[in-house]
Amino acid sequence: GVLERSREQLLRQTCEAVLLGVLHPRTAVSLVLQVLSDAGSLLSCCLNAACMALLDAGLPLAALFCGVTCALQPDGAILLDPTARQEQEARAILTFAIASSDRRVLMATTKGSCSVEEMQQCLAAAQRAASTIFQFYRDSVRRRYSKC
Amino acid sequence: MAAERGTAAEALVGQVVLPGDLLLLPAHYDEDAEGERLRLSAGTAPQGRLLCGPGLRRSGAGLLVTKCGLLRHRPGGGGAYWVDSQQKRYVPVKGDHVIGIVTAKAGDVFRLDVGGSEPASLSYLAFEGATKRNRPNVQVGDLIYGQFVVANKDMEPEMVCIDSSGKSSGMGIIGQDGFLFKVSLGLIRKLLAPKCEIIQELSQLYPFELVLGMNGRIWVKAKTVQQTLIIVNILEACEYMTAEQRKQALAKLSGN
Repeated sequence: GVLERSREQLLRQTCEAVLLGVLHPRTAVSLVLQVLSDAGSLLSCCLNAACMALLDAGLPLAALFCGVTCALQPDGAILLDPTARQEQEARAILTFAIASSDRRVLMATTKGSCSVEEMQQCLAAAQRAASTIFQFYRDSVRRRYSKC
Repeated sequence: MAAERGTAAEALVGQVVLPGDLLLLPAHYDEDAEGERLRLSAGTAPQGRLLCGPGLRRSGAGLLVTKCGLLRHRPGGGGAYWVDSQQKRYVPVKGDHVIGIVTAKAGDVFRLDVGGSEPASLSYLAFEGATKRNRPNVQVGDLIYGQFVVANKDMEPEMVCIDSSGKSSGMGIIGQDGFLFKVSLGLIRKLLAPKCEIIQELSQLYPFELVLGMNGRIWVKAKTVQQTLIIVNILEACEYMTAEQRKQALAKLSGN
């Protein structure tokens, strides 16, 4: 459907921004994501899974990226990584893809309406949360290479 | 271990590095860029150029990591840094010895599948003792062990089965029977290291013939089909077993 297509486009833009395509001319990179269970924050989950898949495949990347979802509740509170129930009750859902170099924003998408200040606050919170996800990547890779 | 604006490369040797990490090189490598800088400690800085190996790219003053893995360093001859990473997909590199499967014969060249993004080409004259009258007997579906003479991202890879002096030195068509299977590239590098324990321990078990291709393909042949399959299973499992588990498995097999 249209929703899946738009998610595919967002993922593609994010991956193309970090992948070093110059090293593989005339080559197609095909990324397949299968949703086993959806408990909220699906897009940022797909982004994290895509980054780990690219890492595992050994494709050359300029930086890592991660996805963070923020839910803006009706009373103005920011909730990171919302569940499906919290997403439905929220006023706006914002998803950001953040790169590991300088925490710059690769992709931002919003569902619902929010003011510019609220978006900036969500962005700042997401950038802080991204550090936790990058640390998780590092620990996973470390565990994998500790067995060699 | 956050490397926000670059960490010294020597500090991270032997550690896990991730794409996006910036490695800073010691100051004396910037000699070529700034010719006026004086060398105060003559003779202690290494001579020669620094080699930037797989998984690293030059960026500004340092090296940008592009693959995840362990950072390695070789101090001899100017120094070399590279990233030791695990991967299953092969990218052709010049000089690598690989096992290819013949998929087509097109006039004077054979097309081989080497596991990369494009099929490699092999001329029929690139065998030892081959002339226009004396063609090698290669059929579609045969296995060939050869090396790359041309392998870069812009051109189709080309293979030959002779070395620079015209001798075959072990390359050519791989014989009948045997078993071909695929493993990850990291395991192949481990098996090709000098004095590899796995091969020595396996040779105590049964006599067998083994061909290792850098594209992740291994061809094994032992006396009986059962022995061949046992060796195949052990080699495939070696990737995930520690040394003790492997010794236990081999002891159980040689006891039977």
